[in-house]
Amino acid sequence: MDGSETAINIMVGTIRAGTPLVFAGLGELIAEKAGVLNLGVEGMMLVGAVTGFAVTVLTGNPYLGAVAAIGAGMLMSLIFGGLTQFLLTNQVATGLALTIFGVGLSAFVGLSYIGTPIQGLQPVAIPLLSQIPIVGPLLFNHDLLIYVSFALFAVVSWFMFKTRAGLILRAVGESHDAAHAIGYSVVKIRLLAIVFGGGMAGLAGGYLSLVYTPQWAENMTAGRGWIALALVVFATWRPARVLIGAYLFGGITILSLHVQAAGDAVTNAMSVFPEPIGRWLLVIINSSHLLATLPYLATVVVLALISRDATKIRLNAPASLGRPFHPGA
Amino acid sequence: MTKLKSWRSLVAGLAVVAVAIAAGFGPARAADPLKVAFVYVSPIGDAGWTFQHDLARKAIEAKFGDKIKTSYVESVGEGPDAERVIRQLAADGNQLIFTTSFGYMNPTIKVAKQFPNVTFAHATGYKRSDNVSTYLARFYEGRYLAGIIAGKMTKSNTLGYVAAFPIPEVVRGINAFARGVRSVNPDAEVRVVWVSSWYDPGKEREAADTLIANGADVLMQHTDSTAVVQAAQDRKVYAIGYHSDMKKYGPKAHLTASTHNWNQFYIDKVQAVMDGTAKSDDTWGGIGAGMVELSPLGDMVPADVRKLVETASADIGSGKLHPFAGPVVDNKGKTRVPAGENISDGDLLGMQYYVEGVVGDLPK
Repeated sequence: MDGSETAINIMVGTIRAGTPLVFAGLGELIAEKAGVLNLGVEGMMLVGAVTGFAVTVLTGNPYLGAVAAIGAGMLMSLIFGGLTQFLLTNQVATGLALTIFGVGLSAFVGLSYIGTPIQGLQPVAIPLLSQIPIVGPLLFNHDLLIYVSFALFAVVSWFMFKTRAGLILRAVGESHDAAHAIGYSVVKIRLLAIVFGGGMAGLAGGYLSLVYTPQWAENMTAGRGWIALALVVFATWRPARVLIGAYLFGGITILSLHVQAAGDAVTNAMSVFPEPIGRWLLVIINSSHLLATLPYLATVVVLALISRDATKIRLNAPASLGRPFHPGA
Repeated sequence: MTKLKSWRSLVAGLAVVAVAIAAGFGPARAADPLKVAFVYVSPIGDAGWTFQHDLARKAIEAKFGDKIKTSYVESVGEGPDAERVIRQLAADGNQLIFTTSFGYMNPTIKVAKQFPNVTFAHATGYKRSDNVSTYLARFYEGRYLAGIIAGKMTKSNTLGYVAAFPIPEVVRGINAFARGVRSVNPDAEVRVVWVSSWYDPGKEREAADTLIANGADVLMQHTDSTAVVQAAQDRKVYAIGYHSDMKKYGPKAHLTASTHNWNQFYIDKVQAVMDGTAKSDDTWGGIGAGMVELSPLGDMVPADVRKLVETASADIGSGKLHPFAGPVVDNKGKTRVPAGENISDGDLLGMQYYVEGVVGDLPK
């Protein structure tokens, strides 16, 4: 296999590995921008994954499965929304409970689906564009959900910064009292944001069970919901940075696998680096434990560097994040 | 007065009845079924480590019928929760308790001290006491056989291995596989990718895809999910499952699976407890003891390869062939076991090097 093919393989793998984080991260970003901290992402993802899988098994149509995954995530988030927005429960506790509930519920529902084979979503090559060398396989030869994730990023960025509705959403997240005072329904807007976040978390789960590894296995998200949550914070609530973080995380995960599979070739390649950098790199490569921490470490370092301006962090962070709001109070 | 008297006689009567019942039930207890309990680390599911132990639980039920009563608790976390579960099972009158994960070692020892009349058996651990035995299977023997198949089936002479953590148990499996491969195909090499997780279907899948992209056409795994077999099926290469038969996840890819079978060991243990002959010991059985076996080979495996595997399997079972018979040379050229000797169990348990045929450095 030649170098360019390897490079494309790595980059395509990066996009695949990053996509669930893009969905879940952008969904949670909208919820947090409205001032709601929903720690139930992992649970919503799992329920989305099992529902998407079950519907695909029952109907034979993975696209219906993806829609069902969104629906399941939304229903899960409505439980959270109802509790936190109307009964004013603590958001942190409720979110944690939602995750625990989701882990158990998905395991229970999925019991009869373990080991059922399905035909997952297949790549859809875009005519002509997919023929372009390098860019073609990189951007235009994916399954539908990856195109959806590209579109989602564009829509979320546009919505947040270019539309009136986005401004209102951010206002609610900054100061719910002020937004309420000028006549916006804080609870309604937050519910919508929660439901959007839930739907995207569900879709992230659906991506795992329908595309990434087309199967249902208990707890198959393996912590990706938590990573998405952390990404939103490290990305200081900016969609572009969530995207960068997600692909960075996915990319380094994939890269570390390739480095191991390539074996000696990589060890020899390290000699082009000046000492002691080459030696340090070798130490990392020769330790599967260090290699496994690299995606986390690199993502945190890069995002921390991009957003190191403390004032801007304060400006980006929704001031009312996690605080309960009662219209009558 | 009469009222009080009648009360007294009633109480006396009840006492007599109670003593009679107790006396009556005393000897009857011996005929009560032996209560046997299992502690599982994960859900039973339909493939995997716990699934194999539960198959064996069903096997002892089939064997002993109403002479025993089995129960199990699944998805018990390794830690304080395990101690609570094990203590509860002992307090509930179970006379034999199997704790089937490494992390149950200390809780098992601790609870066993408080219940000296209960027999415990702990899988994969190394701590024993008067009423705690340990048991483990020589999984590497199965992997050696799998290596023979892989070495014969590969066309690219590159074999991929998706591994969890660089501990001796896993390293031993990789080396046994490589030795099996090299015994039939001296040109083939094994590439290892560590995923730093026992169970992460997404990452296992990516690791498998990566190995395939690097030229591997037979995949082996030491992780728990079925993602590797599935990746092989999608990319039209071969794979060898682990723990359980994973054929249905990739019918065209699945050459065989290296599985473990606890049936006979559990049957013997139950029998020993029934006979009152159970003692604290350590079992490390392989193909010979029936604890390790390959699942039925796929149709794509030709007859001559089947024959090779059968012969090797019989020879390992009889002790004629040891997967680590000297000379064992590591992949840096150093001789680890001289010719004419077999590796010792101690060296096997502490194995921290790659043998010839494995590419790269063992992570530290």
